[in-house]
Amino acid sequence: MSLTEFFKNILRLPKTLKESIIRHGKPTSDRTKSEVVMSNIFLHIHSTRIQRYTLKKTFTMGLGVMAAASFFILIVTGILLMIYYKPSVDLAYDSIKDIQFIVPGGRFVRNMHRWATNVMIVTVFLHMARVFYTAAYKRTRSFNWLIGMALFCITLALSFTGYLLPWDQLAYWAVTICANIAGSARELTDLLGITRYFDVGGLIKTIILGSEEIGQDALIRFYWLHCAVLPLLMIVILSVHVWRVRKDGGLARPDEIKPEELAGIEVDEKAEEVFNNAPQKTYGLMCLVKGKTPLVNKGPEDTIPSWPILFIAEFSIFMFILAICCVLAYFIDAPLRELANAAVPENPAKAPWYFLGLQELVSYSALMGGVGIPTIALLGLALIPYLDREEQSVGRWFDNPTGIKVTINSVLYSSIVTIGVLAFTVKFGWLRNWFPDISQLAIILINPGTVLVAFFVLWSMICMVKYDSTRLSAIALFTCFLISFAILTYFATYHRGPNWDFFWLKSQWPIH
Amino acid sequence: MSEEEHCKIKPEEVTRRDFLKTATMWTAASSLGLALLGSLKFPKPALFPDIPKTFKIGKASDFPVGTEKVFKEKSVVVQSHRDGLCAISLICTHLGCIVKAERKKFDCPCHGTKFDDEGRVVYGPAPKPLEWLKISQLPDGKLEVNIAKSVPLGTKFLFS
Ligand code: FES
Repeated sequence: MSLTEFFKNILRLPKTLKESIIRHGKPTSDRTKSEVVMSNIFLHIHSTRIQRYTLKKTFTMGLGVMAAASFFILIVTGILLMIYYKPSVDLAYDSIKDIQFIVPGGRFVRNMHRWATNVMIVTVFLHMARVFYTAAYKRTRSFNWLIGMALFCITLALSFTGYLLPWDQLAYWAVTICANIAGSARELTDLLGITRYFDVGGLIKTIILGSEEIGQDALIRFYWLHCAVLPLLMIVILSVHVWRVRKDGGLARPDEIKPEELAGIEVDEKAEEVFNNAPQKTYGLMCLVKGKTPLVNKGPEDTIPSWPILFIAEFSIFMFILAICCVLAYFIDAPLRELANAAVPENPAKAPWYFLGLQELVSYSALMGGVGIPTIALLGLALIPYLDREEQSVGRWFDNPTGIKVTINSVLYSSIVTIGVLAFTVKFGWLRNWFPDISQLAIILINPGTVLVAFFVLWSMICMVKYDSTRLSAIALFTCFLISFAILTYFATYHRGPNWDFFWLKSQWPIH
Repeated sequence: MSEEEHCKIKPEEVTRRDFLKTATMWTAASSLGLALLGSLKFPKPALFPDIPKTFKIGKASDFPVGTEKVFKEKSVVVQSHRDGLCAISLICTHLGCIVKAERKKFDCPCHGTKFDDEGRVVYGPAPKPLEWLKISQLPDGKLEVNIAKSVPLGTKFLFS
């Protein structure tokens, strides 16, 4: 008896196996489509139905998905690179050269890794700006903004730790500078004369480098961070980030949405029926419901099924990013300089472009530019949702016409102030040129970087008083920092040459 | 029961079961916490590679007055003046780049600090002058620079 059963089971194997993996029918009806989304662990970070407003292209511009897509490309290419890369001082440089010139497809994979990094950093920046300007950090989402900040820091840390791995001149000197920035707390302890007893800077530096100088220990530590610790952290925290968006009811959206705002987005005709068709049912609060009212006796929310529209949208964004990376990787090679040489620095020794704004600040004061101002900026960003608690409509760029006005004014103000301070510094120098014996403390406290920060804080205070609104004041400050950072980055990239001197054009650089 | 007695807060009775539960929980929590703290100490390097701090530069007679020799590997320049020899570190005090030793001045390529002929900062972000290093004579007459021992700016050493 069981023998026939047994043979039957063998025959039925393909079918039973398939049914055990996928426990619902084919996604042909709305019901089974929802089931797919709900029961698949990878899809269920989406809700089964989404707000139509979420799909509005000019609202999110798909920036968050773009960042995630580039992260995915980074993971895949990174895993491929790990096959050939050897994290040892003697072998690292040669292994990168092998990848670039010998391994079939190696050049392309490495270039992809490099370009996806750039794309990720740009999209993470823009995503943050989008969330800020649409006030999407408000209401229940304050903590998710903090999580976003953590992701931002991890992104920068990942790109920076990856920078050392090729062990070329570029890598070596960028890391030398950054390790010393980490150690620049010494400037302060030196000033107080307590470095001998309490050397925080030195401690941080030795923990990062695993030694007193950059060498094998540092390389291994950076490799460990870049390939194990940070990606893991990123994946975990990213999941929390997305999960909370889901639990907060999808992306932030305005309370009142005008029909013309949704023009061009698919409509689900069946949505009308969903709530009206069961008048004989009684509704109760079966579990805790978020928001102000349960959706009983109210018109249906303007939703459509996630499957397939949302997934198509996300997948096209992914393919778009992939295409960009492929094209860039095909035509433009990731840089690789000569082997690291501890005796001869690069001139100019420039960090990757997204750190150049900071490098410009560091060229005024290591402690302030490398530690102080970034800390202030990150803290300020992190506290935004807690200091600006105004009740307001969310989900629209710049909120309203006043918001647009403040943003434009801040852009102008910040551009003028930043360019002014830069021009002044280039033309007249700074305190040390006028008073050669001035104390280091004065320079730590008063340098072009801190002056800029003071100008911006002043401006945002003015806005706070003038408009009597913390939100507008936050907009002013955020815009100032964003624009100023962009200008500094541009300035350090194009107008700083050998010896960090000012040049109008790269062609004017002296020839060595 | 009088009014007063009623208001007194009686200590809540703790059953043995509750006590054990709480105690167990805290024991577990504190041991996990301590384990975490302990492992945080793990990345702090206990041993540094033994990089020699001194290097030989030759005899005093190799340095007639006016010579200047750059020891690239060690990032040190040794100059001979009428009043003696001096060794100046070429490591920028700002963020550790190697400064270029030019006639009468030192320039840093990284953030543009400029030092004068004695290593004092004249322009740029470096917080301190370049370090001056100790030169000593070995019993066999050879001279030796110690990178780890700095001396006050302007210190020169006379050797026969
Ligand atoms: S390292 Fe010399 S100026 Fe920054």
